[in-house]
Amino acid sequence: MTHEEIVQAVKDIIHTIAPDEEIGGLNLTDPLRDQIELDSMDFLDIVMELRKRYGVQVPEEDYKELATLQGCADYLAPHLADHQLATSA
Amino acid sequence: MTASTPYDTILIGAGMSGLAAGIRLAQFDQRVLVLDRHYLWGGLNSYYKREGRRFDVGLHALTNFVPKGTRGRPLTRILRQLRIPYDSLRLGEQHGSRSVVGDTDLRFANDFELLRSEVARQFPSRAAAFDGMARELEALPFDVPEGQESARAYLTRHLGEARLVDLLLLPILFYGSPTPNDVDFPSFVVLWKSLYEEGFARPAGGIRPLLDALRSRYLELGGELRMKAGVAEILHEDGRVQGVRLDDGTELRSERVISSAGRVETLSLCEETVAATCGPEHAGRMTFVESTTLLDQPAPDLGWTDTIVFFSQGERAVYEEPAEAVSHASGVICCPENYARQEPESEGVLRLTLMANAEHWKAMSDGEYLAAKEQAWSKGLETASLYGPDVREQVVAKDTFTPRTIERFTGHLNGAVYGCPHKDKSGTTPLEGLFLCGTDQGYLGIVGAMLSGVAMANRHALLPA
Repeated sequence: MTHEEIVQAVKDIIHTIAPDEEIGGLNLTDPLRDQIELDSMDFLDIVMELRKRYGVQVPEEDYKELATLQGCADYLAPHLADHQLATSA
Repeated sequence: MTASTPYDTILIGAGMSGLAAGIRLAQFDQRVLVLDRHYLWGGLNSYYKREGRRFDVGLHALTNFVPKGTRGRPLTRILRQLRIPYDSLRLGEQHGSRSVVGDTDLRFANDFELLRSEVARQFPSRAAAFDGMARELEALPFDVPEGQESARAYLTRHLGEARLVDLLLLPILFYGSPTPNDVDFPSFVVLWKSLYEEGFARPAGGIRPLLDALRSRYLELGGELRMKAGVAEILHEDGRVQGVRLDDGTELRSERVISSAGRVETLSLCEETVAATCGPEHAGRMTFVESTTLLDQPAPDLGWTDTIVFFSQGERAVYEEPAEAVSHASGVICCPENYARQEPESEGVLRLTLMANAEHWKAMSDGEYLAAKEQAWSKGLETASLYGPDVREQVVAKDTFTPRTIERFTGHLNGAVYGCPHKDKSGTTPLEGLFLCGTDQGYLGIVGAMLSGVAMANRHALLPA
């Protein structure tokens, strides 16, 4: 997956776990928590969905790397290089 | 041990907390099994049919009501975690409730302003102190740490006036205190927010649509549910859980078991050395006799306009295990028709909850038991007539459950619906792989139970992965 596809993958996951949030306007650099309502339980869900859809294990100490969409793309790129973007579950 | 494939997690109890935990785990592809000894799911919040009529158990109100889209509150958080759409609950808000102690009553509804104005009207000299206290409580999070001060001490320090303290405390105690006449401060904060800052609602149609939504979501996700499958023993070796043995002797393997049966009740399923760490003397004592009375016309048409009345007849609010089988000195009267969005019913409903002494009910012969139930009910309706219209001529059907019924159908010792007085938020036990959810771990009520299931599933079954 490219960086753009990873961003799309994370947005798809956010849409699944928080269907009422507007994700179209999310920018890459501000913390996700400042742009939409996401608490620690929701971050756990993002991590769980990444594992479910792409088999990526994110250890708890790395959750902070997922704070922004750019952070997600940078952190996940090496793990997702060989994956295709999943169709939204 | 049988050679069957082990489960990732076995959940004991198909109540609100167990089903919520099950949904979380099944959502992330765990192989999950929910077991319950009863034939109906729901646990302390369930329903049953008698002579063609449906009776709800446990549901006076769903607390923690917030409007759709409200952020970061317990109700909206659990719905998101369970991926249940808010609108599917079809929540109707309460019309208004009252706390009555002696001859003073305090009205409250889902708008906090009503409570504020009631305090200002009846206790003008305490109005400023109340406002200051309310702001302090509003600023606190839902999970304050255990402190030295109890709820009563806190309220008394701020408000002084004993009657006002009693009026504010009475609904909170009835709504979820496992201890007599007081409640620990962290639980108080949760209950204050859940009852007064947020408020009461009821799903249209009562508890059943909500339970059915949880159950079907769990099953759709591939979770397994076995009713009439009581756990006789929790199997463990070298301090680690290995699985469970059912009443019929079937052994099921899992290295993780989460139980909503209660701390004492769960540990009693383990070997003696483990069971002895929390014996039956730690079981809760607060239990109730509750009757549902059906009337020949809607209760609001007869003049019952309150949603819930919390009453204490004497000069002080009384919330303690009575010396006799049942006490009519204080109680809760609920009219489920006095919520918005309820489907019109041809028959009216009044539910009356009274404090009871489990030992008395358990010691009765069958004849004494039936007579005592009848008496508790008829005196109960007489008591209710002190707080609303007398409906004794309008009765078409009734049913009453007692501590004995609660113990039999839910397995909670003494019928202690609010569990043991000592809560342990960690949900851990002396056994590795055995965790608690539900009333002895988490918060109370429907929302609290689901939050407990979600939180324990997250912490003990999803995070370690």
